[in-house]
Amino acid sequence: MANYNDRLDRTFAALVDPTRRAILAKLERKGASSVSELAEPFDIKLPAVMKHLDVLADAGLITRAKAGRTVTVKLRPQPMREAMEWLRRYERFWSTSLDRLATYAEAREAEAKEKER
Amino acid sequence: MTSLTLVRRVRARPSIVFEAMTTAEGISHWWGPDAGEPVLKAESDPRPGGHYLVRFRTSDGLEHEASGEYLEVTPPERIVMSWRWTAGGADPGESRVEIALRAVTEGTEITFTHARLHDEESARSHEGGWSGAFDKLEAYLAQRA
Repeated sequence: MANYNDRLDRTFAALVDPTRRAILAKLERKGASSVSELAEPFDIKLPAVMKHLDVLADAGLITRAKAGRTVTVKLRPQPMREAMEWLRRYERFWSTSLDRLATYAEAREAEAKEKER
Repeated sequence: MTSLTLVRRVRARPSIVFEAMTTAEGISHWWGPDAGEPVLKAESDPRPGGHYLVRFRTSDGLEHEASGEYLEVTPPERIVMSWRWTAGGADPGESRVEIALRAVTEGTEITFTHARLHDEESARSHEGGWSGAFDKLEAYLAQRA
């Protein structure tokens, strides 16, 4: 369970940065991409892009494979799936609880209206 | 920032919704994800610094407990409380629940936010875009499913 929380920490920390999200979004559209292709739209230097890629790789969100002088970056969706499942559990919890709250409060409202008559 | 916001409209006046959300009696009627499963224990002292505790069962038979402290209580419009899982699963740390109630024609609009859900770094960050990021990821995952 500690590992699970550590993994979630890394995933959320990686996803919170807008440049890293943009990199993931680009990978999502293109599938695989070279590092220089990924760096292109951003107004930052290549070493900074490499740092972002390190964070994403540590979180398991991408894989990198070197062939000759080209590094190919690929999206790895498993950690995102895990993070989404985690967030969905909360959503389900509160969503159904609030449905029940509505039912209860509406019954109390009907009682109050009855009394006011 | 890792937070979850739900908006609901309820056909009941704000004072009734507020009471349902803050009294032990009210909480025991709705808390928990599985209708038909009882709230096992509910305690609530709705004033700043007061504590609450809710213990409930889910349909898988497991018991869970959450507790925390009221940080802001403004009847019948605003509740802020700290939140922590105190039993039944791993504790991912303290988070925060913020509830805003607004009177609307048909009753009350509830804006329910569970914030600071994960790690200090994301809590401090002012980046929004969580739901957008997740929408995209979901679209991506749906394609591959």
